[in-house]
This record gives sequence, C-alpha cells and structure tokens, in this order.
Amino acid sequence: MISQTILAPGAPLRKTLILFKTVLPMLCGMLLLINLLNPLLESHYAEWFTGHYLHDTVIGALAGSISFGIPVTSYIVGGELLDKGVSLMAVTAFILTWTTVGVAMLPLEAAFLGKRFALLRNLLNFIFALLLAVLTVATLGAWQ
Amino acid sequence: MNGTPAPAGEETARQRVSGPLRFLLCMVFVYALVGVVRPELALTALHGFRAMLGRVLPILGLVFVALLAVNMLGPERIKKRLGRESGWRGWLFAALAGIFISGPPYMLYPMLGELRRQGIRDAFLGIILYNRNVKIPFVPVMVYYFGVPYTVILSTYILLFAFLNGLLLEVLVARLGFTPSPGR
Repeated sequence: MISQTILAPGAPLRKTLILFKTVLPMLCGMLLLINLLNPLLESHYAEWFTGHYLHDTVIGALAGSISFGIPVTSYIVGGELLDKGVSLMAVTAFILTWTTVGVAMLPLEAAFLGKRFALLRNLLNFIFALLLAVLTVATLGAWQ
Repeated sequence: MNGTPAPAGEETARQRVSGPLRFLLCMVFVYALVGVVRPELALTALHGFRAMLGRVLPILGLVFVALLAVNMLGPERIKKRLGRESGWRGWLFAALAGIFISGPPYMLYPMLGELRRQGIRDAFLGIILYNRNVKIPFVPVMVYYFGVPYTVILSTYILLFAFLNGLLLEVLVARLGFTPSPGR
C-alpha cells in the first residue's frame, strides 16, 4: 500500500529514482573519461607555456579548462608552474578555469542543465577567468 | 530507399539504450581500444576510476537525499525561495551555497538540473557554480602557495564577479532560448 503511494507516477521518490537511472551511467562514464585524461595531461602542463605574457594567460586558461580535480590540486600545480617561471597571470587563469570551466564535464552538464546553458556558462567563465587574471595581477601590483 | 518501416522490436531495442548508457558504452569501448594500444595507461586509469568511485559512492547517497528533498519541496516553493520573487535572499543564498556546498561538479549537476526544472533562476545557478572557486577549507593552501594579498584579492574578485557572471548568463540564456535537457 505504502510502496504503491510513494512509487506512484509523479511521486517524489519515483521521480528521484528515475533521475538516478540517468545519473548513474553518466557518472560512471564521466569518471572513466576523467581518469583516462588526467594521467595524459598532468605531466605536460609546463611544456605548453611559451614565456609570452598574454599567450600564456590564454594557454593557462585552456589548460585549466581541460583539466579536472579538486581546487586544491590546481593550487599545487599552479605553485609548481610559478616555480618553473610561468607568469602569475597565466597561473591565475589556470586556477580559475580549473574549477569554473569543465570541458570534460560538458556532456554531463548539458544533460542536466541544457546544452545552451552549459556552453554559455563555460564560455562566459572562460572569458571571466582571463579578465579576473588580469585584474588580480594588476591589483596585486598596485597593492605591493 | 526502402519504404517499409523498421520492425517494432528493433525500434524498441534502440530506444531502450538511453543517451547516458550510450555514453558509458562509448567510454568502455574507448578503454578497450586504449587497453590494446597502451595497456599500462588503461590500467592506471581503471585504478583511478575504482578509487574515485569508492569516494563518490557515499556522496551519491547525499545527492539522492538532496534530489528527493528538491522533489518533495515542489516547483511552487522552489520558485518562491529561489525564483524571481525571492529578492535579496535568493542572491545571498546562491552566493553562500556556492561557497559552502562542497563536492565535485558531477555530483551537483543532477541536483541543480532538478532545481532548474522546478524554477530556480539561471543567475543563481551561475553564481552557485562560480563561487565554487572560493573554498574556505582550501584557503590556507592558497595562502601557502600564493600569499595573503593574492588570496584576498582573487577571492574578493570571484565573489563580486559571481553576481555579474550570473546576471550575464541569465540574460544570454534568455536571449538564446532554453534547451531542455535531452535525457528527460
């Protein structure tokens, strides 16, 4: 009787279960993709930077966009890149896009939030990362 | 061209394999290919996948509860609290939720998608996803690598620009039209 009520069409539990049927395969696929991409990317970050101040900022933003992991990993990788002589502006763009832009996550984001929303959000966040990188380094320069 | 319609059984079998399942099967196929070309990479990736899945499964339980809560609240209440009528409380909620909700984005998307379906403003979704950049437990790590002034400046800019980002996103999505999620 109770199971008939909570699993009736339109009931919250039934809706949640149906949604989960979409989430699980997508999530497993996503995790498989991320774990395949990460080892390929991790060892090559430093090779991508050219030493040009503005080019490197865009490269940093692109590198962060295709990477994935918890934010703290981006700080550690960013710190290592700074030690190797990569500019702070490029590292800032890298840190920002690491969390806010997710190329590998696009299929999942599009599946739940809509294609256009996902594409616009990622594009906007990419532009904002470049803008904030410039602003942060400029403000820091004025501060010190 | 053959004008005969496809047998009913074949059509049903194709429809039965949903988009997400097709994506998963594609990834399995890619792994099989990588396993042939570079077996060590496929093995490393599989170990990483197993470890990550182990970490994700407990969180998945929380996501289920969160989704159930959203579905139980219903669109009317969501619209009132997080829709256009929510006022400054909605903006504040979105900003704080972005900072305090932890967990990887692939865990958040199902819940945010459900909230969107039920009427949350796109601007709030944008803010929540943007403020994920400011994570209080990780601030000491950022300070360690980049110093206090950098951390303060960057965090302040992120918090301020999150509102602009959310507003712009909402305007652009409204102008270009809403694309319903294909999985539903």
